[in-house]
Amino acid sequence: MRKERPGNGHDQSRRDFCRTILLGTLSLVVPGSVIGATGTKGLSDWYGTKYKPKEHLYAMGIKVDRCIGCGRCVDACKRENNVPDYPFYTRTWIERYITTEEGQTIVDSPNGGKDGFKAQVSDKKLLKTYFVPKICNQCHKPPCVQVCPVGATYKTDDGVILVDPEYCIGCRYCIQACPYGMRYFHPKTRVVDKCTFCYHRIVKGLLPACVEVCPTQARVFGDLKSKASPVIQFVRFNKIFVLKPDLNTEPKVYYADLDMEVR
Amino acid sequence: MEHEIARLYETLKLVVGFIYPNEIELHWNLLIVIYPYVTGLVAGAFILASLVKVFRVKEVQPTYRLSLLTALAFLIVAPLPLVFHLGRMERGFEMFLTPNPSSAMAMFGFVYIWYLMAVLLLEIWFDYRKSFIVWAEQEKGYKRFVYRVLSLFTKDTSPSAISFDKKAVYGITVVGIPSAFLLHGYVGFIFGSVKANPWWSSVLMPIVFLFSAIVSGIALVLMIYLVAVLVRKEEPDMACIDKLASFLFYMMLVDFSLEALDFVHRIYQSEDSIHILGQMISERLFVSLIVMQLILGMIVPLIAIALIKMFKWPAEIRRLSYFIIALLVQLGIFTTRWNVVIGGQLFSKSFRGLTAYKIYVGGVEGLLVSLGFLVLPFIILYILVRWLPPWEEQRAPSIKS
Repeated sequence: MRKERPGNGHDQSRRDFCRTILLGTLSLVVPGSVIGATGTKGLSDWYGTKYKPKEHLYAMGIKVDRCIGCGRCVDACKRENNVPDYPFYTRTWIERYITTEEGQTIVDSPNGGKDGFKAQVSDKKLLKTYFVPKICNQCHKPPCVQVCPVGATYKTDDGVILVDPEYCIGCRYCIQACPYGMRYFHPKTRVVDKCTFCYHRIVKGLLPACVEVCPTQARVFGDLKSKASPVIQFVRFNKIFVLKPDLNTEPKVYYADLDMEVR
Repeated sequence: MEHEIARLYETLKLVVGFIYPNEIELHWNLLIVIYPYVTGLVAGAFILASLVKVFRVKEVQPTYRLSLLTALAFLIVAPLPLVFHLGRMERGFEMFLTPNPSSAMAMFGFVYIWYLMAVLLLEIWFDYRKSFIVWAEQEKGYKRFVYRVLSLFTKDTSPSAISFDKKAVYGITVVGIPSAFLLHGYVGFIFGSVKANPWWSSVLMPIVFLFSAIVSGIALVLMIYLVAVLVRKEEPDMACIDKLASFLFYMMLVDFSLEALDFVHRIYQSEDSIHILGQMISERLFVSLIVMQLILGMIVPLIAIALIKMFKWPAEIRRLSYFIIALLVQLGIFTTRWNVVIGGQLFSKSFRGLTAYKIYVGGVEGLLVSLGFLVLPFIILYILVRWLPPWEEQRAPSIKS
């Protein structure tokens, strides 16, 4: 049983209090939702009106046996994305693996493979040799996004990991967290940079620069949500492997014909 | 930029085996070595102070206030190397405005603020409040005003107010111990949670960080106390000094056991990274890990303290030995931080090669700036000791009133 209070003073003030809270909440929420709505509109302006990120999920397939190590992809990427032209910064690279008859494996990637590879002069008899292109795996569970202290690196709705260069503080925790060494610190902008699958191209329906220039179609690009996509065909007709599966990052760059030596 | 490129070309010559192209540049350098080192000293000094208040270890009472001031001096400096290391320093504050809740690093700011404001400053204030009031009465001019401000214009020195101060200090210390554990265990977590890096990724990392922090904190306060006794030409309190050395010894034993466990575990499990880590220790970290961290920083001090305890050396020689031991321990803990931070970046995540790290004298990330960050806490401590004398006889007048 509640006791009725004499006079209405308390109830009045309680009503006022509730009203203030309600109005206060609305005053916070309404402008927020307006900004939210216009913000989305801004995004669709940027993408183009027809593009809806949630309807896509991008992935890449790499057929190791097709790569000839010409380095066109590395060169095209650097030109397309203004990557500093030094051996220490690259968004994609090619590794050469040479396994001798004794079972020793030698790996190299001079200048990221951009200038191609010189024939290895070696007394040892070769057992096998092959090239492996590397690119950001655009992980489904990206450790780099998890560790970014300010949320400057993020996963888009279409599954690409991007860095906001105007927000990144340059702490480089993401570089430490990436198991694949895909990120570098841009010496001019002083923020972290990485492969975007050429996001500015793919949202317009174009291919990433590295895929576009590959003379042997070692790189295949496509949309996992579209059944006709080349990457779906790639996954269907090849035995697929991803890099460092034990780390549970769930990469979206799929390799066919990958040797166990590759990490 | 040309400067950096030239340095990278030099580093390129030192690369052994194969490393990913982006790994030639080592990103977390000397400044990031200093950050866990300094934070560890804060946590260690605070835990030493809590021995007096919570665990009632009466012998180390003379170092109580000194430990608190040491913790504060180092805590003020702790975030500076981090901020200086940022590529975009001006955006550093975003960590507070838009923190990413899944990021261990983003939470550091909040743990830091909590520790500074809710623990250390509060404890110091309650412990010094009465002294501030007494000093304000004794001093004249601007000094009087400063003490008035420091006491936040309180004037109550009644027994009930003093007993409240004591209770508050006790309560804050009880909260402070887990907070100090959090502060430094958490720094260990920043490294230990990186699954991409087998040298860091270990559940033991926060615990090892914590115990090495306590070791370094005790050793630091021991050093400062020995120097203070010498400078002030006062009678050294040997019971206190011996007790500090005993605690140092026990904590080092725990630290040593934990690190040994980590080491044995790695070798026994022998995961795919074991070869490159072994190569890194023998080719890159031999001096800093085996000679400095293990032998000079751990085994020699442990044996020395054990010998001192067994043979009851004369007081003067004990003090000198303790000082050298504490110095060696500092060297050991600093190289521990070095081996974690730098070591974790020397090997390639392809496990096929090693890069190298060279310290340069100049530049924001160079030796001079780093040394500055190591000297700065002592300058702050000097100022703090000047204004808030931690010595027991200064406390005395406030106690009797």
